[in-house]
Amino acid sequence: MASLVGSRVERKEDKRFLTGKGRYTSDINIANQTYAIFIRSPHARAKIKKIDTSKALKSSGVVEILTGEHIAQDKIGGLIAGWAIRSEDGSEMKCPANPPLAKDSVNFVGDPVAVVFAETLDEARAAAELVKVDYKVLKAVSNLGEAMNSEAIHDGIDKNLCYDWLLGDRQKTKEAFDKADKIIKLDIVNNRLIPNAMEPRACVIDYNTASEEITCYTTSQNPHLSRLIMSAFGGVAPENKLRVVAPDVGGGFGSKINLYNEEIVCSWASKKIERPIKWVAERTESFLTDTHGRDHITHAELAVTNDGKFLGFKNETIANLGAYARVFGTVTPTYLFGPCATGVYIMPAAYSNVKAVYTNTAPVDAYRGAGRPEATYTIERIVDKAAMELGMDPIEIRMKNFPTEFPFKQTLVHQIDSGDYVAGLNKAKEMADYDGFSTRKKESESKGKLRGIGVTSYFEACGIAPSPVVMMLGCGVGLWESAEVRFNPTGQVTVYTGSHSHGQSHQTTFAQIAADELGVPIENIDVVHGDTDKGTFGMGTYGSRSLTVGGIAIVNACKKIVNKGKRIAAKMLEASPDEVDFKNGEFVVAKSNKKKTIGEVAFASYLPGVRDEVKSPLPEGDEPGLIESSFFDPANFSFPAGSHICEVEIDPETGHVKLDKYTAVDDFGTIVNPLIVEGQVHGGLAQGIGQALYENAQYDDSGQLITASYMDYTMPRADDLPDFNLGFTCTKATTNPLGVKGCGEAGTIAATPTVMNAVINALGGKEISLPATAEKVWKACKEMKKTNAEAA
Amino acid sequence: MKTFNYHSAKDVKEASKLASSNSAFLAGGMTTIPSMKLGLASYKDIIDIKRIKKLTGIKVSGKTVTIGATTKHSEVASSKDVKKAIPSLAALAEGIGDPQVRNRGTIGGSIANNDPAADYPSACIALNATIHTNNRSIDAEKFFRGMFETCLKSTEVIETIEFSIPEKSSYQKLPNPASRYAIIGVYVAKHKTGINVGVTGAKSCVYNDKDLAGALTKNFSSSAIDSVKISSSGMNSDIHASSDYRANMVKAFAKKAVDAC
Ligand SMILES: Cc1cc2nc3c(=O)[nH]c(=O)nc-3n(C[C@H](O)[C@H](O)[C@H](O)COP(=O)(O)OP(=O)(O)OC[C@H]3O[C@@H](n4cnc5c(N)ncnc54)[C@H](O)[C@@H]3O)c2cc1C
Repeated sequence: MASLVGSRVERKEDKRFLTGKGRYTSDINIANQTYAIFIRSPHARAKIKKIDTSKALKSSGVVEILTGEHIAQDKIGGLIAGWAIRSEDGSEMKCPANPPLAKDSVNFVGDPVAVVFAETLDEARAAAELVKVDYKVLKAVSNLGEAMNSEAIHDGIDKNLCYDWLLGDRQKTKEAFDKADKIIKLDIVNNRLIPNAMEPRACVIDYNTASEEITCYTTSQNPHLSRLIMSAFGGVAPENKLRVVAPDVGGGFGSKINLYNEEIVCSWASKKIERPIKWVAERTESFLTDTHGRDHITHAELAVTNDGKFLGFKNETIANLGAYARVFGTVTPTYLFGPCATGVYIMPAAYSNVKAVYTNTAPVDAYRGAGRPEATYTIERIVDKAAMELGMDPIEIRMKNFPTEFPFKQTLVHQIDSGDYVAGLNKAKEMADYDGFSTRKKESESKGKLRGIGVTSYFEACGIAPSPVVMMLGCGVGLWESAEVRFNPTGQVTVYTGSHSHGQSHQTTFAQIAADELGVPIENIDVVHGDTDKGTFGMGTYGSRSLTVGGIAIVNACKKIVNKGKRIAAKMLEASPDEVDFKNGEFVVAKSNKKKTIGEVAFASYLPGVRDEVKSPLPEGDEPGLIESSFFDPANFSFPAGSHICEVEIDPETGHVKLDKYTAVDDFGTIVNPLIVEGQVHGGLAQGIGQALYENAQYDDSGQLITASYMDYTMPRADDLPDFNLGFTCTKATTNPLGVKGCGEAGTIAATPTVMNAVINALGGKEISLPATAEKVWKACKEMKKTNAEAA
Repeated sequence: MKTFNYHSAKDVKEASKLASSNSAFLAGGMTTIPSMKLGLASYKDIIDIKRIKKLTGIKVSGKTVTIGATTKHSEVASSKDVKKAIPSLAALAEGIGDPQVRNRGTIGGSIANNDPAADYPSACIALNATIHTNNRSIDAEKFFRGMFETCLKSTEVIETIEFSIPEKSSYQKLPNPASRYAIIGVYVAKHKTGINVGVTGAKSCVYNDKDLAGALTKNFSSSAIDSVKISSSGMNSDIHASSDYRANMVKAFAKKAVDAC
């Protein structure tokens, strides 16, 4: 049987998705369900003086209306930050309480204050309009740059500062800078983004009055984690009385890592009103209350020699946490950001200093790439600026500073096990026809257009695990992953994974791995995920960890199956276990050439005895059945890397940027399914390009989100994008048996600086801020024309 | 969405009779339904006019193209007759929104709504359109009155829009990157009787830019536009485009339009 790992197996999930048969949370309806509508603060910052529900309670169809007072009475806990980050001075970070329904104060537009449950959605809406909330409106802190000098939003959190964190060595960095020929400086704003999963958040809650068990169907990237938080911190129900199911989920991009107010409130309320509850976010609610991404203000400096060697790097960043610190909110701008800020380069000295602050805006948390796009943007922009100021080619300066020996101890944290950055950049250079750029530039110029080329080399630390490391860094849980592999007596296999697929195609990839390990046809393998009642436990999917952590747990569980199978087969074939070889789904004894298929062995394992035809006594000490589980905790993160090159053509008359060519060369180690990996890269690139050219979440001074719909928030569209030219290099990860590295976030990480470097190259080095909208580019073109005219 | 009474009118007379200051006609619904869902508008009566056969279809005579009010954007975009008579009009329709919107939205709904960023109003201005309603015929220049405002009475139904076939014409649009409505759109049309430059998106209401038209009357070439000064005062300004940018883009897109004529 040919190996499936490495082949373009068509996605098992496509049939149901493409024929509209996906089963999402809002497809679930439970008899007698009520409908929830949340009443949200229209103000960015206010005190709640009074909530009057009397009129609304009399409205037709209303079952119940609950507020923060009820939450407090029932001692229901709130939302939490999952990582404890310490400041440079050793002090602990400061986090405000985040009750599921605000009782005393609201801190962003969309902060929920009350909830109506009614017989129909229309009745719930009508009643919600009758709930009177009396607010004392306060001055909002909506500007990140001014947040530390503004009034404190939360009691006891001085300067709105959560922490002032340092990674690296200030003194050594200073010494390096003292030796520099030149210091390159760069100020950037990493624009705020709204994740915009296609499926809005939703939850459907079913309280079983007989078993007293709550079932919460929800749009989550990690149902087990949601159950844990809802039980341990929310106090909604003990874990054994709480089942969380995340069925098909239409995209998350990090925004569905968090447990949200609505899931806690509806789970708690369902038990209180003894009725099922359904809540589905409207698109406006998604814009206002899904966690947002990025939003940094950074000052960076790079110390270089005249011949382009890097000596040191400084990164001073203010990161926006929004109104509250959520699960990955505090780690995203620190350990997911700081270490990667020195990029793929040998950097003798460096530090990253991050001040995370609260503002009256939606909570900011992990968004595809989480910290690594911000880091890569910073270093790749400043490296390009250095090349320009030194009069060097952008590829030459990068090559000059790449490490060539692996493992490579990166400056700030990571020990990178494998990579070949030179090969990646060379391949990208060739695929992009880098040398032909000047000819294409002339052609563009002859049409009155400007053309620019941009290069980015990146590495990222993903496959977020090893528990000992992440817990040392402040994580509240261990980030291993689990799997259980079950052989049915009749030979099909069910794989339970703690990873969660919300677009990642685990049903296919994981089945490919199991098919190879067990020698079972892929059609006979089902992958089950997303239900705390099925399988062992799971830490979920984010940080490109599914395959590198969850996938390996499956490999290991399969290996245990094969080991037990060998013992059983040995008994059946009258040999000793070490005489049994397992290959292509068959247990073979070489000396006698007798064999049993794994299906026969599985069957035998469930019928441990002798009767008529059946002769399958179990070996001594083995229990019946063929079910194994594994918890995998890798020794390190995984470190994908690559080089991307793109070309843009700019119309100076309008400022329109046309993305003309895009080449991505990535090293993801072993690739299990190229079809799926290419899809992941395409999607990632689209999002990274979106940040570079289109997307920008904006709040006004009063804290109103002015980009709260698709009329104003610009998503990248298919017709904005060129055909992507993808290539791969491969250095296998040494920290897992498949040699795989994560691939889900790479596109997003690399694309933003690649595109901006190209735009700025076209503008002759003129800096512009993210995103490069037509008007900004047009203005830059005008100024360029003026400068050129003056020079001439 | 608030509850409302739904009526399906069998003819224009019935539609007009059912209408009041608290009603809306339902053509494509691409404006009315989203505004109702978002709570921006609510009506007592919704009067569906899609079943009225008379209101749909395209007719080309020697000098004019006449389009029924409930003709969909996709129908105008793909009409062989329109493509032949006024190719720029078919191209305009092809550039509205996305396929879903084009398969529902109608020309009558678009001009009745008179969104300052809508495309069709510029065509009406540039192509000397006459808007025929159930009780009068109105020149385009008089029809569009202000932001989301026309001279239509609440009981008045647009039946057809009659466009003059120009010698040459082109519509050039700078789409809003998020919504794809026009940040600005410039429709240049050269008729035997004169030149019109319909501009949409720039101000609170579509207008005929007389300065551009004047310059082009003297010399129909994009270089003639270079010397025209376009003031940004009175121009729209939002997160996607400042008034200064809009003013400059009116000029840039007018040049593009002339070059494409
Ligand atoms: C996502 C999206 C993108 C869009 N992009 C664009 C774009 O790029 N460019 C653009 O120009 N437009 C755009 N539109 C608007 C679209 O063209 C609408 O279809 C149009 O504005 C309204 O036409 P309708 O047939 O849908 O009207 P409806 O929504 O049915 O009605 C709108 C109004 O017109 C009135 N009305 C309708 N028909 C008549 C009639 N025969 N007589 C009198 N009054 C009438 C109704 O009473 C109502 O007040 C977009 C819309 C959406 C939803």
